[in-house]
Amino acid sequence: MTLVAFWTFAAVAIASAVLCITRRSPVASALWLVNTLFSLAAIYVLLDAPFIAAIQVLVYAGAIMVLFLFVIMLLNLGRTAPGDIKGPWGRAVAVAAGLVLVFELVALWLAAPPGELELPAGTVAGTVAARGAVQAVARPLFQGYLVPFEVTSVLLLAAIVGAVVLAKRRL
Amino acid sequence: MSPVTGSAFFWTSVVKILIVFGGILSLVAFWTWVERRGAGWIQNRLGPNRVGPEGLLQPAADGLKNFLKEETLPPFADRFVFLLAPVMAFVPALITFAVVPFASPLPTPWGLVSPAIADLPVGFLYILAISSLGVYGVVLAGWSSNNKYSLLGGLRGSAQLISYEVSMGLSAVAVLVLAGNITMNEIVARQQHSVWFVLPLSVAFLTFLIASFAETNRLPFDLPEAEAELIAGYHTEYSAMKFSMFYIAEYSNMVTASALMVTLFFGGWDIPFTAWDNTPPWTVLKFVATFAAFWLKVVAFLFAYVWVRWTLPRFRFDQLMDLGWKVLLPVALGYVMVIAVAVWGLGAAGVPFGLGYGLILTAVSAVLLGLLLWGLDRNRVIGGSAARQRARWLADAARQRGAA
Repeated sequence: MTLVAFWTFAAVAIASAVLCITRRSPVASALWLVNTLFSLAAIYVLLDAPFIAAIQVLVYAGAIMVLFLFVIMLLNLGRTAPGDIKGPWGRAVAVAAGLVLVFELVALWLAAPPGELELPAGTVAGTVAARGAVQAVARPLFQGYLVPFEVTSVLLLAAIVGAVVLAKRRL
Repeated sequence: MSPVTGSAFFWTSVVKILIVFGGILSLVAFWTWVERRGAGWIQNRLGPNRVGPEGLLQPAADGLKNFLKEETLPPFADRFVFLLAPVMAFVPALITFAVVPFASPLPTPWGLVSPAIADLPVGFLYILAISSLGVYGVVLAGWSSNNKYSLLGGLRGSAQLISYEVSMGLSAVAVLVLAGNITMNEIVARQQHSVWFVLPLSVAFLTFLIASFAETNRLPFDLPEAEAELIAGYHTEYSAMKFSMFYIAEYSNMVTASALMVTLFFGGWDIPFTAWDNTPPWTVLKFVATFAAFWLKVVAFLFAYVWVRWTLPRFRFDQLMDLGWKVLLPVALGYVMVIAVAVWGLGAAGVPFGLGYGLILTAVSAVLLGLLLWGLDRNRVIGGSAARQRARWLADAARQRGAA
């Protein structure tokens, strides 16, 4: 049953991802991306990670993609936008990047997952039952990995400052 | 008694889904009637009273009309997205309710039936996640109609919903800090063992209330459809059943938002001043009593929606954005910090969670709420126009005495 659900959502996710990059209309692309994000959230639920799934829908599907659509509508982008890949050199770089990605996927597929990544069955469910879905994520995040977490926030701040600088050349 | 498992779990879930969604849709139909009769009452006129006793069958007549009307499709509209948009508004509005517990557990021959459709471990986050998807209906309807007014409505809708979602989430964080968990059952249980969170978290309730009016696109925040400016905003081009689906979505969102305010701040299915309803031997009588208590509270909030709609005028869009980002967001953020410090301090002082704990926080929040209302008001609303009118009368009287 779980396996059927996994393959269904995996197939939907991959098909939507392909449609996302092949559609000409930016709005259609964005909608297919939303569909991919949803299928990923469903797969997270199958992995006993309901918190990550809820955050995935809340942040990506509910906020970021809405902003994407907002920008697309505000600029009223036409149906045939020029692509970023231009000329023979652009195509060559795109093909090279794609080949690197395929190589990485094959390497990951061939390598066996390290043993410490595979938890004994029922570990996640037990932790959730004992400490709640959020505390299971919050404790490591704010105790063990506090410094990386804070550094990430600086990264986001840099992105915001960059966006403001780009949008307002003359401050 | 142990919870239901196996095929009994499946069948009880199916029954719960049918009852809850049937119930919500009937409540929505009934509430369109209440809204129009309430509008008539507030504006000193009758409202629809011809179809059936007191006009009670008016929703059925409207539904029939919407089924039989012509479905129009504007030329140059994006056909697929145009058809998709009402569905994207309709579905999230109906499935958000799934995690709200609406009564005490019900004992059956097969075991104890949980009062919510799904007891998710992420409870409240599920509601935030799914309700944040409702905006797609507004945005896509506005964009696909190929109509400038619709597009403006859609743009306003997405900006407004994203802005107020932040304040809504932040004011709920105060509740989650106090409850210590995000499952809806735990939030209700914590309120049963102290006081309803509306007292210790009054500022959060105020910001949550305002944000939920904005999230449901209701007056004074119905800018996405503002009929005086945008014809009907994002659903201008929709007719018949597709238009009706937007309406059902709006009213279901109202029901869910009311249920959410009841669960987070008014004790959920708790009956006040007694512990009879929340102690274990669960009986059918307790189920019925708590069920009635929950829906009574929800209906009270639903009536507040109607009341506010016919009392307050619509905001201007820049005022809306100012209120969201410059007032609600800082207030909600600051209040979360205050509550977190207070909870930490009470924990460090060793105060046990209970009535006294709640009353200490109530005192803190009452002071903050008073300061906030005084700061927002500064003698302009409370006693504002009435005080000015009184001053005018007094001045007139003095002038007449002087003339005489």
